[in-house]
Amino acid sequence: MDLTTFLIQCLNSVQYGLLLFLVASGLTLIFGIMGVINLAHGSFYMVGAYMAFTLASLTGSFALALLLGLVLAVVFGYLLEWVFFSFLYEREHLQQVLMTYGLILVFEELRSLIVGDDVHGVAVPAWLAGGVPIGHDMSYPVYRLFISAVCLAVALGMYLLLKKTRLGMTIRAGSVNREMVQSLGVNITLLYRLVFAGGVALAVLAGMIAAPVSSVYPGMGAQVLIICFVVVVIGGIGSVKGALVAALLIGFVDTFGKVFWQQAAGALVYLLMAAILLWRPEGLFKPSQS
Amino acid sequence: MTRIRLTALALAALTAAAAHAQSDKIKVGLMLPYTGTYAALGTAIENGFKLYVEEQGGKLGGKTIEYFRVDDESDPSKAVENANKLVKRDNVDVLVGTVHSGVAMAMAKVAKDNNTLLIVPNAGADAITGPLCSPNIFRSSFSNWQPAYAMGLVAAERQKHKTAVTITWKYAAGDESVKGFKEGFESKGGKVLKELNVPFPNVEFQALLTEIAATKPEAVYAFFAGGGAVKFVKDYAAAGLKDKIPLYGPGFLTDGTLEAQGAAASGMLTTLHYGDDIATQKNKQFRLAYAKTYKLQPDVYAVQGYDAAQLLAAGIKAAAGDLTKRDAVVKGMEQAKLDSPRGAMTLSKAHNPVQDVYLRQVDGQSNKAISVAVKQLADPARGCKM
Repeated sequence: MDLTTFLIQCLNSVQYGLLLFLVASGLTLIFGIMGVINLAHGSFYMVGAYMAFTLASLTGSFALALLLGLVLAVVFGYLLEWVFFSFLYEREHLQQVLMTYGLILVFEELRSLIVGDDVHGVAVPAWLAGGVPIGHDMSYPVYRLFISAVCLAVALGMYLLLKKTRLGMTIRAGSVNREMVQSLGVNITLLYRLVFAGGVALAVLAGMIAAPVSSVYPGMGAQVLIICFVVVVIGGIGSVKGALVAALLIGFVDTFGKVFWQQAAGALVYLLMAAILLWRPEGLFKPSQS
Repeated sequence: MTRIRLTALALAALTAAAAHAQSDKIKVGLMLPYTGTYAALGTAIENGFKLYVEEQGGKLGGKTIEYFRVDDESDPSKAVENANKLVKRDNVDVLVGTVHSGVAMAMAKVAKDNNTLLIVPNAGADAITGPLCSPNIFRSSFSNWQPAYAMGLVAAERQKHKTAVTITWKYAAGDESVKGFKEGFESKGGKVLKELNVPFPNVEFQALLTEIAATKPEAVYAFFAGGGAVKFVKDYAAAGLKDKIPLYGPGFLTDGTLEAQGAAASGMLTTLHYGDDIATQKNKQFRLAYAKTYKLQPDVYAVQGYDAAQLLAAGIKAAAGDLTKRDAVVKGMEQAKLDSPRGAMTLSKAHNPVQDVYLRQVDGQSNKAISVAVKQLADPARGCKM
C-alpha cells in the first residue's frame, strides 16, 4: 500500500467514523442519559431516510426536506415519549426491550403499508454533487465531505449544549438522580420529553443525511442499530465524547480490516468491543467524564 | 358401547369424505417472503404462479388448486419449522419456495426427508441442483453459476478485458457467483487479480473502492442485490470509477433497482436469463396479462413463479391428475419443454433450467436485452449424483 492509498484509506476511516457517530449520537442521549434501552433507534433512522425520500420528492428541494423533516421528527419524538416511553423509566430493562422491539415491527409494517417495499434513491442536491479528484483514478464525493461536516457540527453542538449550558447541566443532573432534580423545582418530565425528542431528531437527521448515499430500502434500520450499540458501549454509556472516539476507532478498524484481513472483517469490530470491555468494563469514558 | 361404535363409524365416514374431497384438489404450499427485504419478490412470484393457474381456468390437469401460504421472512433459522408447517400440518402436495438461498436449502432438506415435491422459484444456490439434488426437487429459476459464467465469457471475449477484480458480500450466493465469473473469464484467457469481500449485509464500500482504484484492473465484477446493489453502483460512480473501469454483474445488480440507481447505472452491462423487452409473442402476451391482472409491471421473479406453475402443470398432466404417481409426475416435469416468457426452457438432468442467458444493457429505466450471451446454457451440476 503506497502513501496516497494509505491517506485515502485514513480519510475513508474518519468519514465512516463520523457517520457512525451521527447515527449513534441520538442513542447516546436516549440510552446513555435517560437509561432507556431503545431498540427502535434504528427505526427512527429508517423513518428519517424515508422522510428524506418522500419530502424531497414532494418539495423538490433537499434542504427544505431536511428542515421539514427535523421539525416533524421533534414532534414525532415528543409524542412518542408521551404515549410510550414515559411509562418505561421505572420499568426493568427487559420490558423496555420488549416494547421497543414491538415498535420496530410496527414501524416496519407501517413503512411497508405507506411507502411499499421497493428500493428508492434520493438525489444528491445539485450544489453538493460532484467530486474532488484524489489520487490518480479516484475522486472523493463532495456529499461525503458534507456529511462529515454535519457530523462534526453535531458533535460540537452536543458538547456545548451538555457541558456549557444550564439546560445541559440539568440534563446531566437528571441522569444521575431524577427525584433530586425534580425536588429542586425542575420539570423533569418535560425536560426528558425534550431530550427524547432531541434523540429522535438526531436519528432522523442521520437517516435523512445518509439517504442520498445509502439509498432507502426495507430493513435498513436493523443494520445500523447493532453498530450503534457497539459505539455506545465502547465509548462508555452516556458519554458523548466517548461515542465520538469509539465511532472513529470503529471507522479505522473496519476500513483497514476490510483491506488487510478480509475474511475476518465482519468480526473485527466486535472483537474490538470485546477487548475494550475486558480492559475497561465501563467503556472508554466513564459517564462522569462526559 | 353402541355410542362408541357410532362415533367410530362417523369418524371413519368423515375421514373418507375428507380423503375424497382431497383427491380432486391439489394443495400447493407457497413458502415465500411476504415481509422484509424480499417481500416484493415473494409477491411477484406468487402473482406469476397464480397468473398461470388462472389462465388454465384455476385448474391444472383438471384439479382445482388450493393454496396454503407461509411467510418465510427470509429467515434461515425458522426455515425448517416453516416448511414443516406446510408439509406436516397442511399436508401440501407440492412445496413452492423461495427467494433466500439459505431458506431454500433448508426447504430442500425438508422436502428430501419427507419426499415432498419441491419447486424452487428463485434461490440460486448451486447446491440445490448440485450436491442436494434429488428426484423430487426442481428449480424454475437459475443457478448462481449461470449468469456469472456467462458474464465471464462476455467480459473476456466481447469486451476484450484481460484483468478483473471481483467484489461481493461474503456469503454463499456471492462466493458462487464470483466463482462462476472467474471460471468463465479465466477460461478465455482473463485473469482475476483480486477477490474482494464485504461482510453481509454491510454496505460501507469506500475502503474497497479505494482498493479497486489502487489495483487498476480493466474490469470489475460485482454481486450485490437490493439495497446493497443500489448503494454499490452509486458509490462506484460517485468515486469516479465508472468512466475509468467498467462495472459488470449478474442482472440482480440492476433489476428492480434502476429507479433508485438513476444515472449511476446508465450503460451498464449485466447478464440474466430474462430481459423485459424479449420480443417473443409469449413474452408480450405474458407482460400484458400480468399488467392487466395486477396493475404492475412483471419482472424476472414473476416469470420464475409463472414457470414454476407451468412446470407443475406438466407433471400433473403426465400423471393424469394423480399426484400419488410420483414417478410419472417427475418424468413429466423432466421432459417438459416450456414456452416461457424468457424463451425456450427445458430442465437439465439435475432439474435446473437449461436456458438462454441474455446480455442486457441499462437504458434509462429498463434493462434492454441486446444479445444472447450464451445459448441454452446448462449448469454443470457439480456434486449431483442422480
